[in-house]
Amino acid sequence: MRVDGKGLVDRTTPVSFRFDGRAFLGYRGDTLASALLANEVKLVGRSFKYHRPRGVMGAGSEEANALVTVGRGAAQDPNVRATVQEVFEGLEARSQNRWPSLDFDLLAVNDLAAPFLGAGFYYKTFMWPKAFWEKIYEPVIRRAAGLGALSEEHNPDIYEKAYGFCDLLVIGAGPAGLMAALVAARAGADVILADEDSLMGGRLNSEVEDVDGMSGADWAAQAVAELDMLPNVRLMTRTTVTGAYDQGTYGALERVSHHLSDPQGRPKECFWRIVAKRAILCAGAIERPVAFRNNDRPGIMTASALRTYLNRYGVAPGRRVAVFANNDDAHRTARDLVAAGVHVGAVLDRRRDAPSSDLFEVIKGAEVCNTAGRKGLENVTYRTLAGEDKIETDCLAMSGGWNPTVHLTCHMNGRPVWSEAIQSFVPVEGMVPGLRVAGACNGVFSTQGALSEGAAQAVAALQDLGMTAVACDVPEAQDAPYRMAPLWAVAGGGRAWLDFQNDVTVKDVKQAAQENFRSVEHMKRYTTQGMSPDQGKNSNVGALAILADATGRGIPETGTTTFRPPFVPVSIAAIGAGAQGAGFAPQRFTTSHKASVARAAPMIEAGLWYRPSYFPTHGETTWRQSCDREVTMVREAVGVCDVSTLGKIDIQGADAATFLDFVYCNMFSTLKVGRTRYGLMLREDGTVMDDGTTACLGAQHFVMTTTTAAAGNVMRHLEYVHQCLRPELDVQMISVTEQWAQFAVAGPKARALLNGLLEDEIDNDSWPFMACGEVQLLGVSGRMFRISFSGEHAYEIAVPARYGESLFRLLVERAEALGGGAYGMEALNVLRIEKGFITHAEIHGRTTAFDIGMGRMVSAKKDCIGKTMSERPGLHGAEREQLIGLKPIGDVKQLTAGAHLFEVGADPIRENEQGYTTSVGFSPTMESFLGLAFLRNGRARHGEEVVMVDHLRGVTARCIVSDPVFFDPEGGRVRG
Amino acid sequence: MGELVTKSACEELLPLQIGGVQLSELTQTRMTSLAPKRGQEDALSDVLKGAHGMALPAVNRATGREGARAIWFGMGQVMLIGPMPDVALGAFAAMTDQSDAWAVVRLEGTGAEDVLARLVPLDLRSGSFKRGHTARSQLQHMTVSVTRVGEQAFQIMAFRSMAQTLVHELETAMKRVAARSAS
Amino acid sequence: MRLKCPVCGERDRREFYYMGDAVALQRPDPEASDGVWDDYVHNRDNPAGVTRDLWYHEGGCAAWVVVTRNTVTHEILKTELAAHAPKVAS
Repeated sequence: MRVDGKGLVDRTTPVSFRFDGRAFLGYRGDTLASALLANEVKLVGRSFKYHRPRGVMGAGSEEANALVTVGRGAAQDPNVRATVQEVFEGLEARSQNRWPSLDFDLLAVNDLAAPFLGAGFYYKTFMWPKAFWEKIYEPVIRRAAGLGALSEEHNPDIYEKAYGFCDLLVIGAGPAGLMAALVAARAGADVILADEDSLMGGRLNSEVEDVDGMSGADWAAQAVAELDMLPNVRLMTRTTVTGAYDQGTYGALERVSHHLSDPQGRPKECFWRIVAKRAILCAGAIERPVAFRNNDRPGIMTASALRTYLNRYGVAPGRRVAVFANNDDAHRTARDLVAAGVHVGAVLDRRRDAPSSDLFEVIKGAEVCNTAGRKGLENVTYRTLAGEDKIETDCLAMSGGWNPTVHLTCHMNGRPVWSEAIQSFVPVEGMVPGLRVAGACNGVFSTQGALSEGAAQAVAALQDLGMTAVACDVPEAQDAPYRMAPLWAVAGGGRAWLDFQNDVTVKDVKQAAQENFRSVEHMKRYTTQGMSPDQGKNSNVGALAILADATGRGIPETGTTTFRPPFVPVSIAAIGAGAQGAGFAPQRFTTSHKASVARAAPMIEAGLWYRPSYFPTHGETTWRQSCDREVTMVREAVGVCDVSTLGKIDIQGADAATFLDFVYCNMFSTLKVGRTRYGLMLREDGTVMDDGTTACLGAQHFVMTTTTAAAGNVMRHLEYVHQCLRPELDVQMISVTEQWAQFAVAGPKARALLNGLLEDEIDNDSWPFMACGEVQLLGVSGRMFRISFSGEHAYEIAVPARYGESLFRLLVERAEALGGGAYGMEALNVLRIEKGFITHAEIHGRTTAFDIGMGRMVSAKKDCIGKTMSERPGLHGAEREQLIGLKPIGDVKQLTAGAHLFEVGADPIRENEQGYTTSVGFSPTMESFLGLAFLRNGRARHGEEVVMVDHLRGVTARCIVSDPVFFDPEGGRVRG
Repeated sequence: MGELVTKSACEELLPLQIGGVQLSELTQTRMTSLAPKRGQEDALSDVLKGAHGMALPAVNRATGREGARAIWFGMGQVMLIGPMPDVALGAFAAMTDQSDAWAVVRLEGTGAEDVLARLVPLDLRSGSFKRGHTARSQLQHMTVSVTRVGEQAFQIMAFRSMAQTLVHELETAMKRVAARSAS
Repeated sequence: MRLKCPVCGERDRREFYYMGDAVALQRPDPEASDGVWDDYVHNRDNPAGVTRDLWYHEGGCAAWVVVTRNTVTHEILKTELAAHAPKVAS
């Protein structure tokens, strides 16, 4: 219920929302949790394993119970913490992990089976039969034990990522963070101040206390207003710093529009990568629950959360409240409630020396030993030396003390140390280089202490940055000592929860210890304590204390598990933002792309490039028809194909030829100006890396081509060889792939086609096979290379890319006039298979020059990359699988790529494998399927019969082995 | 015979104006990469100064002005943008015509920095990346050259074949920034 | 993770391509023994501590960089241009 005159929510702006289909009203500034509590909705979820009814337990991002699904359909977000979700007009939230309804959940039967469902139950019970685990046990268990579910539809929401840079990143905007940001910002440092909450101020907004003579909330608002005015400050609300990474990099999740009815194009979330020269962690502390029998009922929450609901949201989560604590701080809850006119039954303090109060009854030396009320707390039973008694109450505020939020300090493997004084872990200096810690997360729990330490750490950080702080006074604030006595679990029977989210109880941890899972890491994995979305924020220290006790060791000796990033759950969509759809990878389009698409050519991806598969013409209904026609067209007339995607590298310099000799296995220093040569590049381990032609355009000037797929790798390799191995060579290299639009013009009528366009007519004498040079066509300077990947009389002509589309249209038009036309990748592939030319299907990273029949290309006259290792035993000889041609000769006329080869009559099993096919295609020229394959000792087996077996596609074909060059083995056509 | 007509890298894609940010293409500019020969940096710089009025830029810097600029373009590389290169440069540098190799765009306006902060992992704050500063880096998955050419203006160069993706990425980020700045 | 490119300055790791041990700089003589070549091409240490390896500033200036770093603390101890770096750790 709302309490008049309390809270920072905007009472003038009511907001309507729905929870599980029911309509409610809240106010702007409410979270879903505060608005539900204001409406006296206590039951908000079911627990993970036992399906226990649960209510709101906290008021921050560490919430363990109140997980809901927000939204509907594809855009629904599961496991949203109701304590973080702000209400907005039209918000629709649903409870999770219940069926058929939250109020009546059939799987609550698990709770009755609890005696059997303790730690390790699944591991022990569902072991046998082995095959049952994956198919039966696991799916059933997963269905019963669960959180929210994804919609399994494509998420249409917008996510974003961004990079941020600053001198100082301040993480958390409570008193320590605000003070640190003020000191640093006033000194002129570039500051990013990030806070999870929609409202900066941290606990100043949740407590009744003064800072600098005004309310804490007012002081915070004033500090934020000052920071907001400064140009060197970036305030980031709703932003959780989720991880600390190497060299001052931090991950941060900004929830940009989770609180908006209509985001109007804003992203839902933005994942920031912030690089900070220095950072100060001011993350505060999290109050820990106490383990006692049935401590998980709706209505039981932490004492500080209750104060947050009362003081910040103006909500009393109960009408008759009791407090159970082991420290003075929690007494504030009773004080604030009484001041607000809410009935306080009693403060039950475990300590016999707890302070008394005039405002409310304090029962000293008392501990809660049980509670009652299935879907909402009805009463608590407590125990004193005098015996047991009951208090009727619908809300219990509990406090076992505070745990500093040290998580980020541990992200780089640092370990916090145990502090006896506060009975918790505190960070030590230097756990994350460049990160300082201030305030409650450093174990300093008073507001005055937090302000002072925030200022001091900012001064120190400024010093690190070589900047000077402007002197400023730390405002006066509450400085009460933190008085507490350790209390982890109340003795007694029944189940007392530690990890509420994963349903791990004191008993489970004790059982783990009993079964010898004594290491904290083993206990965690055996019980699943700390493995829920809250990652043990509420339960780690408590569970550790129980384990320490059960194993007879101290807590420091028992140690703690590692806190890993992210601090709060981060959606994958945010981390990978921008990489969906068109953002997945750059798309590379040739200059002829549009013209090809206009001809209805389907595109195929080649690396990042899009290349036309084939160009269907009227009446063609299958790709094979188009491909066959295009192949025949090239063989009989002329074809045009965009080959711009091949890598082109401009290589110049006094030592350019020497360099080429070193990176290619064959010789290039003998190549004359105006000539082109095929080159084979090896890796240092002796296998083939890439192939292509290199043209000599002038003295000390070459243009190397690479395969499309390997262009980037080859460039990297060339730079490696130059910079790392031969830095003494005077060589300049730059990619010119993008500069030139290059087209193959292939076929008997290729010259006829070009002679209509070139300013100077060419013939076989002026442009023999493998010639290259500059040409003028239609007033534009271009380059021409007489090279062929089809075995036909062919040229590749290149013009600056701006003319590419225009030239392609012109070439195709002219080819068509000569009975030819454009051809695509399918035809290109068949043409080269007919000629036995290799691609990366053959030079796939495991084949040597010897294997592909180019062993003799490795020059004996010089050293080159890969030469020494290519001579190793085992890389040549009869045992090697060698490149051959295959043709079907039996009833089955089809060949498939990736099939295996066997001797005739041999059982087609792995042990008998003789080789494999790499490329196949139907050759209209030879009127047969043709294949390229690797066959053991293949070059000596031409004419032999083998059987091709494709187990995957169910194809078996008898084949004859041949030379890989099927068509025009003499090579007369290219020279014609 | 027909004739060859030109088409720029971002034709049909630009210009764009979203919120306070404009994106436009710089077309038909002569671009020549200069790679100094061994030990010839100073000599090259002198010729460059004499012929085109700008010194060879230092690492991460651009020299010259709109219309005639030399941009540091990577280790041992400078991109001369604008003028037809003087042949005398050839004695001291490997020269390569790159006029058609890059899509060159200009991103300008309040919020241009915020747009790039969504795409480029560089510290582009005005205090650290001033006018005349340049960098080779990445824009999403693309390698790019980024130069601050004005208080609120950047020149971005990406592979020509990736022009569509370049515009897509920038346009998307421009929309996000515009949506955020609308109140 | 951030690496200081000796040319460009400090940059995000995503701009770099990782190759492996800087032993790659010590290419043996072509006539060296099989063992020497095996060590050069295939055999690598996997140290917990200081290591020296080769990175390529592929999304940047195209420099090959020798990075000396600690695999345990993730500290970057030194970055040098491969073209000028000593072949063996000094």
